[in-house]
Amino acid sequence: MKILVAVKRVIDYAVKVRVKPNKSGVETSNVKMSMNPFCEIALEEALRIRESGAAKEVVAVTVGPAQCADTLRTALAMGADRAVHVDAGAAPVLPLSVAKILRALVQVEQPGLLILGKQAIDDDCNQTGQMVAGLLKWPQGTFASKVVLDKEKQVATVEREVDGGLETLCLDLPAVITTDLRLNQPRYATLPNIMKAKSKVIKKVTPEELNVEIKSDLEVVQVTEPPKRKAGVIISSVDELIDKLKNEVVSCNILNCK
Amino acid sequence: MARRRASQFLAGYCCSQSHSLVRRPPLCSQEPASISAPGLPHTHGKATSMFKPPSKLYRKLNSQTSCDIMQVHYSRTYGIHQRSFTSAAINIQRSPSFSKLNSDDIGYFKSMLGDKNVVQDEDRLSAANVDWMRKYKGSSQLLLLPRNTEEVSKILHHCNSRHLAIVPQGGNTGLVGGSVPVYDEVIISLASMDQIISLDKVNGILICEAGCILENLNSFLANEGFIMPLDLGAKGSCQIGGNVSTNAGGLHFIRYGSLHGNILGLEVVLADGTVLDMLGTLRKDNTGYDLKHLFIGSEGSLGIVTKVSILTPPKLLSTNLALLACKDFLSCQKLLLEAKRELGEAISAFEFMDSDAMDMVLAHMDGARNPFPSSSYNFYVLIETTGSDESYDKAKLEAFLLRSMEGGLISDGAIAQDINQASSFWQIREILAQIEPFVYEWTSTHRGSISAEHGLGLMKADKIHYSKSPETVQLMASIKKLLDPSGILNPYKVLPQSMLQ
Repeated sequence: MKILVAVKRVIDYAVKVRVKPNKSGVETSNVKMSMNPFCEIALEEALRIRESGAAKEVVAVTVGPAQCADTLRTALAMGADRAVHVDAGAAPVLPLSVAKILRALVQVEQPGLLILGKQAIDDDCNQTGQMVAGLLKWPQGTFASKVVLDKEKQVATVEREVDGGLETLCLDLPAVITTDLRLNQPRYATLPNIMKAKSKVIKKVTPEELNVEIKSDLEVVQVTEPPKRKAGVIISSVDELIDKLKNEVVSCNILNCK
Repeated sequence: MARRRASQFLAGYCCSQSHSLVRRPPLCSQEPASISAPGLPHTHGKATSMFKPPSKLYRKLNSQTSCDIMQVHYSRTYGIHQRSFTSAAINIQRSPSFSKLNSDDIGYFKSMLGDKNVVQDEDRLSAANVDWMRKYKGSSQLLLLPRNTEEVSKILHHCNSRHLAIVPQGGNTGLVGGSVPVYDEVIISLASMDQIISLDKVNGILICEAGCILENLNSFLANEGFIMPLDLGAKGSCQIGGNVSTNAGGLHFIRYGSLHGNILGLEVVLADGTVLDMLGTLRKDNTGYDLKHLFIGSEGSLGIVTKVSILTPPKLLSTNLALLACKDFLSCQKLLLEAKRELGEAISAFEFMDSDAMDMVLAHMDGARNPFPSSSYNFYVLIETTGSDESYDKAKLEAFLLRSMEGGLISDGAIAQDINQASSFWQIREILAQIEPFVYEWTSTHRGSISAEHGLGLMKADKIHYSKSPETVQLMASIKKLLDPSGILNPYKVLPQSMLQ
């Protein structure tokens, strides 16, 4: 069985993000970019499934401009067998378009499992996995915190982290799984694997070759920073506190009352 | 508590700079004290040579028992330990030439500094009386917080005329007891003098007061595209004045060199209150004797540094970090040599630790992960490169590491793929700093010593003869007497008492 893992190149999680002066987006030039942390977890899970013998090949795929090849090289260095780079130009590609591209790739590659991170840390959309599952009419297990594959029965048992606790689903393969934080801890890219990665193939395709039209129904109007936290007020007496509670306050944090 | 990175460890545990393992001269033999460096990597440009460790001592260090002792100490004494007074432990008597504080002195300080900046409160004093390692505890009754150079000058002028001993104190993060009183010396804290005065954006020359915390300076500079040339584990607490007075090194020493090279000027207040304005900003200034070098590394014994003019390098954007495993010590040394040759100016840190150290970290650090879970190696090395082009630098590092692996220098390695992974590699190294006090204790009981990366302070005040000739020490004593005739500046430290009588 083949596993397809979709990964995204985003601003590194530890970087302090700044909004561009013209408010059209965030500063991405001269800023460290890395693989989306949830995508790393997705890739790690795919590698573990392959190592357990339930799958034969792990293929990493990404949608984005030329620099995204770096992310694919990281994926190969972690242990993916080969990679596909869909070059869609410099403009950001929205989840629905990514989902359509992934559907087209799935029809070409015929994997038994499509694993993605639950969301990207730059747009926090949490949509691509669900959309692809819908387009493919495949079962989906999102926010996975545990995945167990039964090769014989071609079934994936997925434990999901939901608001009420944990929910366990049984999915018939082929299926879509999106990964949550506690699923696993991704491995480091070790030198032997980096060496092997040099000979692995990154295939380049364009959306046109996949017969996918990328048109965006959404337009980013403005990006601003969240409002700065206002300074607190030190209240000098209980009477003043009561007065403020009655007249001024919508929500309050009572920290110090002299 | 501030993050710590030990920059000096005993052979076989952790090191980033050169150290020597010094054996005290055998009492009965004729041979002079031999200084042997067990072949630890020199990371500041000197030629690396191959040393054979003194076998008996090295074997002891590598034995299981040393690790056990440390583990027992760690779990038994972590965090709660409080020492008795330093004065009880050392053999130096309180010098009779120093006066005791009286109410007139307090009155004068209060009128000059304001009540708030004259601290006699028990709790605040007890914190200032104890060093970071909690090895040394003084009994000072007074902590002063001057706000500017003039106040420092007036304080010193008064103390000099009254023969009151003083201790200049910055972040109090020193490891040799140099920043805390031995007896009742008045503590002069530079903490209130934390203004950044100016930054020349073309040259990266920063002028600031001595009480500026290193991490704050780094944050300020990062916004302007520069960084401080030194980086210590204590950067959240240590102050630049203290860094200068101890000639601190740190992780990036291999790249940016010593403070003697990066400091362009100083403003220093002498023992009698004279303010020496040597705050130049020229890269080269060959006019007269370059006096600032006297004060850099003098540990507060020749004058109090109040302002600093420092050359800051541009902040480079791409950082790459790799954790490597080597099978033996020789490979580590060769690796350093090759790294310097092939990575050249891009190399910004080279840290080394052994398997015992790694095991200890993995056992005690929450969430620590062994990057190489399948095998255990004898030695681990962290190499960091900093450059301006991400993909080019990464490719260069990868190519070097792959070549080293093919050549057998490295047994395995992992390259950090994002900032999170890089932090976790650094954490492994930083946690080892907590072992430092216990390693030093163990070393002392086995009659060794850690040489002057951390300075002499109180801990090694009488050990200077191990590394400096008698004539040199004599001249140092003469300079000390010239600049501080009453001996009030940080007494009992740096130079042996016998030289200063």
